[in-house]
Amino acid sequence: MEPILELRNLVKHFPNQRAVDGISLQIPRGGFYSLLGPSGCGKTTTLRLIAGFEQPTSGDVLLDGAVVNEQKPYQRNVSTVFQNYALFPHLTAAENIAFGLKRKNRPDIERRVREALELVRLAGKESRYPAQLSGGERQRVALARSLVLQPGVLLLDEPLAALDPKLRKQMRLELKEMQRRVGITFLLVTHDQEEALSMSDQLAVMNAGAIEQVGTPQDVYLRPRTRFVAGFLGAVNWIDGVGLRPEVTRIARTLPPNGGCFRPATVTGSVFLGNCVHVLTRLESGEDVVAEIPRDDSFKHGAYQTGEAIHVCWNPSDEMIFP
Amino acid sequence: MKTVSGWERLRAWFLLPAWIWMAVLFAAPFAIVVVYSLLTRGAYGGLGLPWTLENFERLADPLYLGIVLRSFAMAAATTAICLLLGFPLALFISRAGSRKNIYLQLVILPFWTSFLVRLYAWLFLLRDSGLINTALQHLGLIHDPLPLLYNNGAVLLGLVYGYLPFMVLPVYATLERLDPALVEAAADLGAKPWPTLLHVVLPLSAPGIRAGSILVFIPALGAYLTPDLLGGGRTVLIGNLVQNQFTNARDWPFGAAISVGLMALVGALVLLMLRREREGLV
Repeated sequence: MEPILELRNLVKHFPNQRAVDGISLQIPRGGFYSLLGPSGCGKTTTLRLIAGFEQPTSGDVLLDGAVVNEQKPYQRNVSTVFQNYALFPHLTAAENIAFGLKRKNRPDIERRVREALELVRLAGKESRYPAQLSGGERQRVALARSLVLQPGVLLLDEPLAALDPKLRKQMRLELKEMQRRVGITFLLVTHDQEEALSMSDQLAVMNAGAIEQVGTPQDVYLRPRTRFVAGFLGAVNWIDGVGLRPEVTRIARTLPPNGGCFRPATVTGSVFLGNCVHVLTRLESGEDVVAEIPRDDSFKHGAYQTGEAIHVCWNPSDEMIFP
Repeated sequence: MKTVSGWERLRAWFLLPAWIWMAVLFAAPFAIVVVYSLLTRGAYGGLGLPWTLENFERLADPLYLGIVLRSFAMAAATTAICLLLGFPLALFISRAGSRKNIYLQLVILPFWTSFLVRLYAWLFLLRDSGLINTALQHLGLIHDPLPLLYNNGAVLLGLVYGYLPFMVLPVYATLERLDPALVEAAADLGAKPWPTLLHVVLPLSAPGIRAGSILVFIPALGAYLTPDLLGGGRTVLIGNLVQNQFTNARDWPFGAAISVGLMALVGALVLLMLRREREGLV
């Protein structure tokens, strides 16, 4: 099937910065897609190029197979949920949602606004002004305001960054669920790897204006193609140039009989995290290695003591190897 | 008993000069004017007893009512033109990036010279033997000089010229604070530039427009120098009427009554606008 959105060798240079440096991506129809990367990697600029707020230095943006470089933001069939929501402060929730429908002369505005309010569970708060809504409610108004236009792609620029951590986790599930329900393609920009992993069908990891890897959350987490991707998506122990996630790193007082890889090491400390324990160790070769072990294990066999000599072991199939 | 902190006492001291200033230069003269307005004109000008409300009754005279209406129309037209010219200018400056400060300085530049001097400059430009008429005659575009001076148009020009910065600056201040993401959001939701201006930028700059309108309307309503010089005495506005009572007509009580009436009217208008602002959500 033809991708809903395609970027062809997209480049955006600012006077003293190569913000986007040749990006090519195909975003499939009807899924949840994320652009993940550290701040300053060019992901927000990419989103602004797609929305039409910036003009590319070179390359093309294709929506539904057609180049839209020359189209103004108000002509493009995409809609943006801004980081701070950018709700119109002088309009009520309902008026904010109706804004786009009115500009586009759509029929049945009243009914559509009502349905959108119900979709984001804000029925009853339609006559509140943004200043009278909580952060989570404001975000839902921003979502409804865009979704009500039935855009080809919904662009979300760090939509959860302004929320407190507890609400953020809840909104992840809600966003994902909403995407499934409305069937519109969501393109999320985020620097939070947990967010990208938990919501996306597919994601692209960006660094320094370029794409490092594209794949499913499992692909990029379990089989990162570069050291950058491995390190950005989660903690990594580096042993002889091989990467190992803490949750597949084991600790043993006696060597396991069934083989596998191991290195002698010394315990340097441990951190209790509630659901698991991080045991900090140092290999004889000097590398620091963290092993994430189940809480019960550490009690069953007696807590690991600082200074205790142990072995760090792992399964060769869990190794992440980079050229 | 409530203890007064040192900071609060210091603040009270800091406010003292302003209070003295207001008392001596505003409250006292205002009280004098109110007292004058209730007295009777003396035989050779000046003031005398008995106390009377007759001065205020004379305000209802159709002759004076006409002057009041004309002044209001002139001030309203000045405010409207200042808004039409000032809003786009303020919008332009707020979008000018690094050149903002240069443009702002240009808006304020006229204040470096006395208003009187600047009005005389307009006289030299507009009069029959002035720069504009002479130039047009030399170019052969006109034969007789155009009547550019001593009419309503000239007064309106002078008022707009004089008060335009008072519209530009507060409107600029609100546009400067306007979140650019709101303009992007409007475009993103399908609004072309004009609808964005009408439905987002204009309503959100309402506080600045309101402040600018008050700052232009009130002095324009009481203006007397501009109509006197550019209107040549033909266009009599409230300001000229008041001045005339205190000079040629030597009717101080009536002049004071006009002033008090004007102040009451303006005060009521401002209160009305402020209340509307408080009722509206900003």
